[in-house]
Amino acid sequence: MRRELTPTQPRSRPVRVLLNVIAVVVFVASAFPVYWMINSAFLPNSAIREQTPHFFPDQFTVDNFVKVVTQPSGTIEFLPALGTSLLVTLSTVVLAAVFAFFAALALSRFRFRSKKTLIVGLLVAQMIPAEAMIVSIFRVLDGWQLLNSIVGLTLVYLAVVLPFTIWTLRGFVAGIPVELEEAAMVDGCSRFGAFFRVTLPLLWPGLTATGVFAFIQAWNEFLFALVIMQKPEVRTLPVWLRAFVQATQATDWAAIMAGSTLIAVPVIVFFLLVQGRMVGGMAAGAVKG
Amino acid sequence: MSQTARVRRRRDLTPLFLLIPAGVVLLALTAWPLIQLVVTSFLEFGRAQIFGAPPVFVGLDNYADVLTDAEFWQVLGRSVAFCLVNVLLTMLLGIAIGVLMTKLGGGFKLLVSVGLLLAWAMPPVTASVVWGWIFDTDRGVVNYLLTQITGADFSGHSWLIDPLSFFFVATIIVTWQAIPFVAFTVFAGLTQVPNEVLEAAEIDGATGWQRFRLIVLPYLRGVLVILLILQIIWDMRVFSQIYALQTVGGIAAETNTIGVYIFKVSIGAGDLGAGGAISVLLVILMLALSGYYIRSLLKQEES
Repeated sequence: MRRELTPTQPRSRPVRVLLNVIAVVVFVASAFPVYWMINSAFLPNSAIREQTPHFFPDQFTVDNFVKVVTQPSGTIEFLPALGTSLLVTLSTVVLAAVFAFFAALALSRFRFRSKKTLIVGLLVAQMIPAEAMIVSIFRVLDGWQLLNSIVGLTLVYLAVVLPFTIWTLRGFVAGIPVELEEAAMVDGCSRFGAFFRVTLPLLWPGLTATGVFAFIQAWNEFLFALVIMQKPEVRTLPVWLRAFVQATQATDWAAIMAGSTLIAVPVIVFFLLVQGRMVGGMAAGAVKG
Repeated sequence: MSQTARVRRRRDLTPLFLLIPAGVVLLALTAWPLIQLVVTSFLEFGRAQIFGAPPVFVGLDNYADVLTDAEFWQVLGRSVAFCLVNVLLTMLLGIAIGVLMTKLGGGFKLLVSVGLLLAWAMPPVTASVVWGWIFDTDRGVVNYLLTQITGADFSGHSWLIDPLSFFFVATIIVTWQAIPFVAFTVFAGLTQVPNEVLEAAEIDGATGWQRFRLIVLPYLRGVLVILLILQIIWDMRVFSQIYALQTVGGIAAETNTIGVYIFKVSIGAGDLGAGGAISVLLVILMLALSGYYIRSLLKQEES
């Protein structure tokens, strides 16, 4: 699919060397902060505080990770934040997949009058900035007694990711021939049986792509978590990280980098796993970020 | 057969049932708060109201207050300037790297892709904290390297205390994370340009620059316009990076962008009426900016 652009490829050797040098510069500029985070996380804080930085983890230690995970001080504990983050993120991913699957079926396998309006509504909803909605969402959740609750935050994240997941899954459903469902129905399947036994198994690529999208959104989200989950015991990881930076007054950089590494690694791994699909998917629909 | 399956009878309620779960969530947590937001923007809603006093309808007073407030215009101007600089840098560097990737051999192309993916994948708050460490006043690697390279003593130089250099660091964080998306999308777009056309142009004597300007750019035009709109929207409302940098050690009042400002007026100062008015203005601005994008998605849809 991706053809090489042979005619525009430079033939002369100096030009090629120059381009390769630029490529290395781009790589270093892009990857350095990630490397620096991991490098600092594996150095003792005494090495971090030396005048000359250690460019390699020559005094390798995992103490910082132990320190972060077993953080004794009550208000900035890592593990409860990890638990909250995992719970909210996994709930968001699973519920978004189920809800979006149903909605995508409705929007691509049926015809009804207000369909076009709904689709425009989805695209508009996707463009409403979270920054503008924090206050009213705070008040709505307050009214329903859902502040500081995992249910409340999960509902907010569902509202954030559903427009994109429905829109994307709809494209994937449309790509599966309806004739397959019809054949199953001729063979005695009910309409819903056909959806679950024929369409759903073919939809895994789409569900994976949208699932990873929902995972990254929910795992990284900062603003809503900051406003909705104000009690220390229900903090999510990004909010924990900020609290940790504040509590250490940005001095214990080794521990801060260990915490950052623990938060970033799951996302980086997921990203590398699905990178091919992210590009097309993100170009097709906007991502809130 | 296929007709009966595709076109449901008018009273078929199946799609309605299928839409209920997602519909309830979106009505409850997008549509309803949006209505609340607009209503609040017409009310006097401060600390007294948060503690139970009845809100008073004040018409357009909040909007008048906001639009005559010098700080609002400062924040807006700062946001627009920050947005323009970041969008310009992101687009130029993103396009350049996208083009570069088409000209690299396999190994170097993989190297660039991995680097870009790493930058893209970092959670924004984490990225801001890590860059805060890189630019740290006492032990930051940037100050160390600057001292080594220039010979001048940069140790103890604070990057986040001055608004201009605060935004310099913020620009690095935002563009560093935004460039990969642009670069990958441009690269994907470039692979769609048919080779035959480029070869024909080369045979007809078109130079490299002419081929880029007259063949490649028109092919990419649609993609570039959409990228531009998305970047403007994302950079205009930047929140996490600025807010996290302010935590790491920046000054707050002179570095607020519009997203952070809404947060501080509403949550910090407790003036939900004014915060609501600014929010409504931001929603209108964002929807106006994304109108073209939404139309082009719908057009793709029909074709």
